[in-house]
Amino acid sequence: MIKKIVNFFREYNSRNDEERRTDRLYAVSAIFDTPNEIMAAASEVSGRGYKKFDAYTPYPVHRLDQAMGIKYPLVGPIAFTGGITGLFLALLMMWWMGSKDYPNIIGGKPFFSLPPSIPITFEGTILLTGFATVVGMLILLNKLPKINSPISDTEFMKRVSSDKFGIVIAADDRMFSETQVTELFRSLGASRIENIYYKPSNLTDKTPIFNRKFIMTLIGVAAIAAIVTYFTLNIVLYQVVPFDWMWKQARINAQSESLFFANKSGMREPVAGTVARGFMPYEYKGLPDSAVRLLANPLPVSKNVIEKGQEKYNIYCSPCHGYFGDGDGRLNDQFPKPPSLHNSKVLNWKDGNIYHVITNGQNVMPSYEGQISRDDRWAIVHYVRVLQRAKNAKDQDLPK
Amino acid sequence: MSYDATYTRELPLVTSRADFKEIDQVLAHPTETKPTKGWWIAFGISFTALMIGALALTNTLYFGIGEWGNNQPVGWAFDIVNFVFWIGIGHAGTLISAILFLFRQRWRTGIARFAEAMTIFAVMTAGIFPIIHTGRPWLAGYLLPLPNQNGVWVNFLSPLLWDVFAVSTYFTVSLLFWGIGLVPDFAVLRNRTTNKIKKTIYSVASLGWTFSNRNWSNYERAYLILAGISTPLVLSVHSIVSFDFAVSIIPGWHTTIFPPYFVAGAIFSGFGMVSTVLIIVRKVFDLEHIITINHLEKMNKILLATGMMVGYAYGMEFFIAWYSGNTFEQFAFINRVFGPYAWAYWTMVSCNVFFPQLFWFKKVRTSIPITMVLVILVNVGMWFERFVIVVTSLHRDFLPSSWAMYIPTITDFGLLLGSFGFFFTFLLLFIKTMPLVSIAEIKAVVEGAQPSIHPEPHGEGGHK
Repeated sequence: MIKKIVNFFREYNSRNDEERRTDRLYAVSAIFDTPNEIMAAASEVSGRGYKKFDAYTPYPVHRLDQAMGIKYPLVGPIAFTGGITGLFLALLMMWWMGSKDYPNIIGGKPFFSLPPSIPITFEGTILLTGFATVVGMLILLNKLPKINSPISDTEFMKRVSSDKFGIVIAADDRMFSETQVTELFRSLGASRIENIYYKPSNLTDKTPIFNRKFIMTLIGVAAIAAIVTYFTLNIVLYQVVPFDWMWKQARINAQSESLFFANKSGMREPVAGTVARGFMPYEYKGLPDSAVRLLANPLPVSKNVIEKGQEKYNIYCSPCHGYFGDGDGRLNDQFPKPPSLHNSKVLNWKDGNIYHVITNGQNVMPSYEGQISRDDRWAIVHYVRVLQRAKNAKDQDLPK
Repeated sequence: MSYDATYTRELPLVTSRADFKEIDQVLAHPTETKPTKGWWIAFGISFTALMIGALALTNTLYFGIGEWGNNQPVGWAFDIVNFVFWIGIGHAGTLISAILFLFRQRWRTGIARFAEAMTIFAVMTAGIFPIIHTGRPWLAGYLLPLPNQNGVWVNFLSPLLWDVFAVSTYFTVSLLFWGIGLVPDFAVLRNRTTNKIKKTIYSVASLGWTFSNRNWSNYERAYLILAGISTPLVLSVHSIVSFDFAVSIIPGWHTTIFPPYFVAGAIFSGFGMVSTVLIIVRKVFDLEHIITINHLEKMNKILLATGMMVGYAYGMEFFIAWYSGNTFEQFAFINRVFGPYAWAYWTMVSCNVFFPQLFWFKKVRTSIPITMVLVILVNVGMWFERFVIVVTSLHRDFLPSSWAMYIPTITDFGLLLGSFGFFFTFLLLFIKTMPLVSIAEIKAVVEGAQPSIHPEPHGEGGHK
């Protein structure tokens, strides 16, 4: 197996690197030996009016761009745009997240203010400036990546990337003529003049990136990465110790058995004779008459209270009693139908009586003491009154 | 990267006037040959250290941060000390590549690439610590303002969050800076290699760079802009790291001198580390005529200057503690100098302030062995500086009843050792796979590399 892989790479390696060139001319190139010569040559080529030419140097030669007549590089404006975008995006992010979408009170400080936002604003500005500069320079202005250009893999490229200085005049320049250009280069003292021809792959306009094998490999890698990521994020980081969110620990769950306690129950009950905070027992259990006589609704009739009552009524009461108290709730077929809340009996009940029924239960209706807090029960009473009034409205209840 | 040499006459940057081909040869050599025995030994050591760190990390992840020596009241210890130490190391790279570039210090060319790589690896090393010190590092995604099912966002008022933004921005921009510097060099390697696989990798990494002067023109402008934005960035990062401390109310942390003091310390420690590694690398890879004594001497001068800035900060902290009349503040500093951690304080002062004074002597500055000893002491001293700041401030705060001593565990030391292993493993891999001095930049500063004639521009007219 390993031998096979090694052999594969050997074979791959030994394949002829030089692609056969077509006979279509891309450009004429010339090589010069010193920086002074390239300066003079670039200046002359530019002066003759050629537009599609370029100088190639192993390092940036000072003021060569002036000799070539290159315009002011656009990187600056691109970077500036990126920076301004970063600045406003960072501010917008902090303002929206911190004061609009989810305002959080932190030490009583304002949800958004400038001084504590400065560090992140600054970093955002720098970050986007950096991205804009690099992307703008490499991709927008220099049109990279361009791995398969006609000029790559030539002797010319080998020289100018190392120790020589070159000029190329492209064949599609308006003034191009092979003999004239060659003559010009010779008169400028070029040490080597070479025609560069297109590679077949340049003309078919197919970059190796789009070949099928490469794309299949990419898809394969993406699929494997997706599967690994899925398992990492959903299995490994959720269920494997120590990433189990503390689900697995030495503890006793409610309702489960425990041999530690005498009664083998995992749950503990309150000590006899004590009352847990907020769990005052109902004192009129089974005493409807006293409840009706002594209880009065402690809550004011206000919009807040009634809305609270509506919310709780819709959650706890509406499944049987229906949203409007008609006794036509969603559990109608599975559960005995309760009487309407708009009959004369309930209409004439006092608040305490309704409260007592909710708290104590009546006939098949169980007690809701454990599920609805005391205040919420009283709010429901108010809401039931609202429903009753709405169903039996008089002319004077209508807005004028 | 274009320089005007008319302002200053300097010593030649590359001694024994190499021609361009020779520069290619020397700088590409480590990437084109099999690793030497020395490299394997170094790699073995650092990889072992890395594995020890991995063991300590596994221990930490499995059992939790209770495996560390942290306690009440010393809730921050080796984790944060190591974080600040490594972030500090990471400051020299961008300083050398950006600030020295803007000041037209041409000598930076020989060491810039290497220092930038150190920045990247040091910030990566540093990044491990705040993440593991949260206790459940697999939830580190919540450090970023990402939408989540709770609907809540991060706290933008917290310096710890500013830190997340500062460090990640710093890492990204440093990576871009380093990356675009490497693009032309990968193109050089691409044109040199005959190995088809290597060639594919280098072609992709070089993005098909053609050395066209129209590209160089944009490239240089982009490099200048990146240097320009990296300069305030490098100053902001350690300032924001210092806010982690300065914005709290712990005596010994709550001081306004922290941002400049931290930045000076970071540059100091970064240069210390760059020198330490360069002295070895230039010897091992025969780069003595590219990374010259002249470079090391200049770095030593910077060490002397920043060392004294740090010394000034030590003194000024004391003065302010006394001048403020705040008894808690005064106690914190007296406790530092004469308390149970006095040994750490005096290690710090002697390594950072006293010993670097030897750099006043030219003999010391230009002696490699002495420089080596001194820069290692600087590394030690700067680690202790962070230890002193973090631990001595915490271990005795307002309430004497809650005072305690901090004793690191073997896991703490394992992680510290592992951080060095992590850093050096990456550094050694970098040395073998990429040119450790910028080929294009070094060619541009060789004598005779820039033209002596400047013909009148034609065409649409140039800039300036």
